[in-house]
Amino acid sequence: MSEPVISVRNLRVEFATRRGILRAIDGVSFDIARGEVLGVVGESGAGKSVTGAAIIGLIEPPGRIAGGEILLHGQRIDNLPPDAMRRIRGRKIAMIFQDPLTSLNPLYRVGEQLIETIRTHTDLSARAARDRAIGLLSEVGIPAPEKRIDGYPHEFSGGMRQRVVIALALSAEPDFIVADEPTTALDVSVQAQIIALIKRLCAERGTAVMLVTHDMGVIAETADRVAVMYAGRVAEIGPVRDVVKHPLHPYAKGLMGAIPTLEAESERLLQIPGSMPRLTRIPPGCAFNPRCSHVFDRCHVDKPEPIEPDAATAARENLMPGHLVACHLYTAKTGGTP
Amino acid sequence: MDGLSVDIRKGETFALVGESGSGKSTVARMAVGLLPVTSGTVTIDGVSMTDVKDSAARQALRKRIQMIFQDPYASLNPRWKVSRIIAEPIHAFGLLKGEAVEARVGELLTLVGLHPDDGKKFPHEFSGGQRQRIAIARALASSAEFIVCDEPTSALDVSVQAQILNLMRDLQKEFGLTYLFISHNLAVVRHMADRIGVMYLGRLVEVSDSKAMFRAPRHPYTRMLLDAVPDLGMTGRQRQMVAGEIPNPINPPSGCTFHPRCPLANERCKREAPAMIDGVACHAVEEGRTGA
Repeated sequence: MSEPVISVRNLRVEFATRRGILRAIDGVSFDIARGEVLGVVGESGAGKSVTGAAIIGLIEPPGRIAGGEILLHGQRIDNLPPDAMRRIRGRKIAMIFQDPLTSLNPLYRVGEQLIETIRTHTDLSARAARDRAIGLLSEVGIPAPEKRIDGYPHEFSGGMRQRVVIALALSAEPDFIVADEPTTALDVSVQAQIIALIKRLCAERGTAVMLVTHDMGVIAETADRVAVMYAGRVAEIGPVRDVVKHPLHPYAKGLMGAIPTLEAESERLLQIPGSMPRLTRIPPGCAFNPRCSHVFDRCHVDKPEPIEPDAATAARENLMPGHLVACHLYTAKTGGTP
Repeated sequence: MDGLSVDIRKGETFALVGESGSGKSTVARMAVGLLPVTSGTVTIDGVSMTDVKDSAARQALRKRIQMIFQDPYASLNPRWKVSRIIAEPIHAFGLLKGEAVEARVGELLTLVGLHPDDGKKFPHEFSGGQRQRIAIARALASSAEFIVCDEPTSALDVSVQAQILNLMRDLQKEFGLTYLFISHNLAVVRHMADRIGVMYLGRLVEVSDSKAMFRAPRHPYTRMLLDAVPDLGMTGRQRQMVAGEIPNPINPPSGCTFHPRCPLANERCKREAPAMIDGVACHAVEEGRTGA
């Protein structure tokens, strides 16, 4: 892998509350290379969105980054003063949110918003910026962009609005985009178009993308690698096909089995008992231990770190390199077999 | 909603699928009487729900029909204890009195996988999945036979969704329930439904047996929908690109409302709305122009 665009090292995010300090993110690490899409999945409360917000520097009090490093092209960005971070955000790092209406100002024409963003981050003239905006709208597949550029956000449909938001995110040619549930608010037929668009643009421009979603189907189609998060930690990370077809972590296995698919015919879905613990009640040791059917003594005391599984497991499951799992089943031979 | 006819058989799960604005939820609301129908009738076991004159018979029907909503945070009164929420249909229909009500509520809570003592709590003390279990217990309280489920799991996380879907299937087997299941998630529908109706802009475009539909979708819109779904099993698959979006139902296209997005559309499709023939409403299928 070439030099990563973004590198997250042992990130910890905490929120101070009346009832004490909540650790929302507890030691998350990953890299994303140029042109690579890292999918981040997990259920509500897993810390997917908080991780994204931490990278773009949008954690607001009472939240704070309590530890670890975030590196963009090898330079730390987590400790920059707000002004410096604001210059990076938009220029080098952009964000696509779930609801396109919250990212667009309803009172301004789409073109004005695009041109403003382009001119903030580049020294193009007004005319050149407009041409660039039209080019972007056409690139994200908006028909008749030279006319539509003067439309207001409400004149666009949901899918077209999300295209405008993507155009906005791309306007400063960022190196890295955090896309937080970019297709969740859209219908399936439109979702497919948006996924294909994000994929094509990343490949063409070499943009690194962190794609946050709860939809494994979207990840399977879009991502190169996937990180499965649980209770603020990475439970498993690896090449997407490997993780989807050969999940190792009991949680990841349960998650894949719980999803009804179009292909498999099954009477019952696999179900994981219980639900994700609240941040106030994360159990000691492995946070998944109360729901895990393979739990043994060590899981109650010792927090597992993501590591490559032992050679025997890797050979048996025919795993690809770079597939890490945070589970004692694969680190110690004292437990049961998965 | 325009000229929709569908029969749901006892003990089956009939699913309605379609994108937003296709009219799925409107059908659900009409079926339980939450929305008036402009014309036409909703008939259950031969008794018309929509005929105002027959209000006594309608009241008797009401208790046999219940609904489960999408958002378990909005569908439970936050100021009522769970036992009161579940007992409401029992009181409303005067089914039981006194201590028998409490016993029945405990029984219902156990049935949906909660503890009888959970009745003493308020809705905010439960997670989304548990609240949906409470909503299911309430729906069962009047011994309903026909349950309309409007996106019952789309607000839930997948591991919780699996729990609720499994519970719904278990209850169906145990009590012979009939479900009208509304969802935009085709994989969930495939898992749950015996028969499926595909809606587009207020019309049914295809009705068929669930297995047959997933094996060989016939209407071009159904094909497009199935092709668009990102699926776990299809990593790296090349998808057929879908054009356009669902139009505004206030001003639907002429003829077959799908024609502006349809690869098989011709002049007739622009003029003439297709009739439902043998489970599919499409001129191209009728004329054998599907190329398949």
